[in-house]
Amino acid sequence: MSAICLDISDLSAVLPNGQRVLRSVSLAVQPGEVRALVGESGAGKTMIGKAVLGVLPSSVRVVAGDIRLEGEDLGKLPPKARRTLIGARTALIPQDPLTALNPSRRIGSQMTDRLVRILGWNGQKADTRIRQLLDEVQIRDPERVLKSYPHELSGGMRQRVLIAAAFAAEPRLIVADEPTTALDVTVQKQILRLIVQLQREHGTAILFVTHDLGVVAKISQKVSVLYAGKVVEEADTAALFAAPQHPYTRALMAATPRYTDPFASLKPVDEAVLAGLASEIAAADQAWKRPHG
Amino acid sequence: MDEGRTPRRGISPRLWLAGGWLMLALLAAIFAPLVAPQDPLAQDLMLERLPPFWMNGAEPGYWLGTDSLGRDLLSRLIFGGRIAFIVAFAAAIAACMVGSTLGLVAGYFGGWADRIISRIVDVWMAFPPVLFAILLVAVLGTGLSSVILAIAIIDWTRFCRVIRAETMGQSRMDYVENARIAGYGRIGIMLREVLPNVVPSIVALLSLEMGIAVIVEAILSFVNLSISTDDPTWGGIIAEGRLSIHQAWWVLVFPLITLILTVLSFSQFGEALKTRFDPVLR
Ligand SMILES: Nc1ncnc2c1ncn2[C@@H]1O[C@H](COP(=O)(O)OP(=O)(O)OP(=O)(O)O)[C@@H](O)[C@H]1O
Ligand SMILES: [Mg+2]
Repeated sequence: MSAICLDISDLSAVLPNGQRVLRSVSLAVQPGEVRALVGESGAGKTMIGKAVLGVLPSSVRVVAGDIRLEGEDLGKLPPKARRTLIGARTALIPQDPLTALNPSRRIGSQMTDRLVRILGWNGQKADTRIRQLLDEVQIRDPERVLKSYPHELSGGMRQRVLIAAAFAAEPRLIVADEPTTALDVTVQKQILRLIVQLQREHGTAILFVTHDLGVVAKISQKVSVLYAGKVVEEADTAALFAAPQHPYTRALMAATPRYTDPFASLKPVDEAVLAGLASEIAAADQAWKRPHG
Repeated sequence: MDEGRTPRRGISPRLWLAGGWLMLALLAAIFAPLVAPQDPLAQDLMLERLPPFWMNGAEPGYWLGTDSLGRDLLSRLIFGGRIAFIVAFAAAIAACMVGSTLGLVAGYFGGWADRIISRIVDVWMAFPPVLFAILLVAVLGTGLSSVILAIAIIDWTRFCRVIRAETMGQSRMDYVENARIAGYGRIGIMLREVLPNVVPSIVALLSLEMGIAVIVEAILSFVNLSISTDDPTWGGIIAEGRLSIHQAWWVLVFPLITLILTVLSFSQFGEALKTRFDPVLR
């Protein structure tokens, strides 16, 4: 099947006060591809992920555009069918592995439950599958982990569990929302490597949200640069790093510290660049207002 | 890479003491006819106002002394425990069922459901509880079931408020969002994901509420609005003791001690249980 895995086109979402948080976002992820979504805090990266997964906050309303998951227009499906489709084809690797696990349920039951209840597997098959995935994320003592409560594991272990859970149901698309930000620096690299490894083996497409260009360079094939809910640049990762087109992208790159010399190139984004962005956003909003009243 | 398991605490002394007293009082109440040394209703004017066992003039078999009608105080306390515990369990469970359900629904679904339920709770809590109870019993008529009903009608709001707040906090957690992404239904998430996380609070409140029900029942029988006048109740004994405080202080003091110990034990027991039920605190 050659359908685009995820196809977001012209997606706009507003807050109750009418302010747009997503400004005509278009973004496509091919099957098996890693698409990085990069931008500073508040740019709307998480919002895009939530829109795809169907869990936007109730205060945020999608007013235009559509999201297609393997060709199915999510907005046109009845709610129940949409939930089932999203549940079967997508998964989330969250930012905070502690709150993403239910504190009062054992890891094992949380992980198998989903396969049993959503995909209708029998308990035996689900259990085998979960153990296989725990092995893939290099958890050495699955017996103990399955019996543990989330607070009994370290942050890194919890994130491994969540990665295993995300891949267990063989989703076509995984949204990874800053999956390493809440972790120790030492653990971050391992987790990143695991995600890439499982992604390759399973051929899963990933929408990878981050604000770290270093991570973008390492793991993604394509990048979208987001600013104030607007995609300001989109390119192949290699091309973007070789020749960034948009001034904001260039400024972001300049602001990213190198590993060798973390403090040398830490610069704030240039005033002129920000002013340029502001007028670009204003023009986009003007253009959008005309047909949308 | 792993933090070790947090060592599990054994049963705390608090749980032992509170649980021990409650178990003792409960067993005594259940097996009252076997345990009570005397008939709690038997009057004997020859034996009136006997002091407790360590004082001069005490009679064997009347360990805590007798009241002004010569009835054995210990036996009356034991039999009084029957009504106290029946009211405590029945009223607390009823209040808990109603309050926790509404609290869970309000906290999880928010919106209109929350607004309506919260408004009802606000209005309800505007009534002073004891006055409310007296009023209700006056309307419902005296008797065991109306006392239970009155307490449940008044105190479900305590459960509703606390459980609503806890549920709201839990509903904002990422694991709830994860469950929605996975495709679980709303009610399934409420019952299977959120409810287990508020159970420790429900248990603690339930135990606390049992203590409160014991007090309310005592107050109602103190003002003579509770059960039939024949069966001894702790509140009734306190009321009688108050009249003879100068001649026989024990008739007032022992039921008060019994009442306070029971109420404190219920609240302590609840707190201790909460920490045991909570996987994070445990
Ligand atoms: N529940 C909400 N209701 C209304 N507005 C929100 C809500 N959550 C976030 N926003 C706003 O939407 C915008 C985008 O937020 P979002 O969380 O998507 O940013 P982000 O790019 O993920 O940032 P970060 O890197 O900090 O996670 C922000 O301006 C934020 O203030
Ligand atoms: Mg975010």
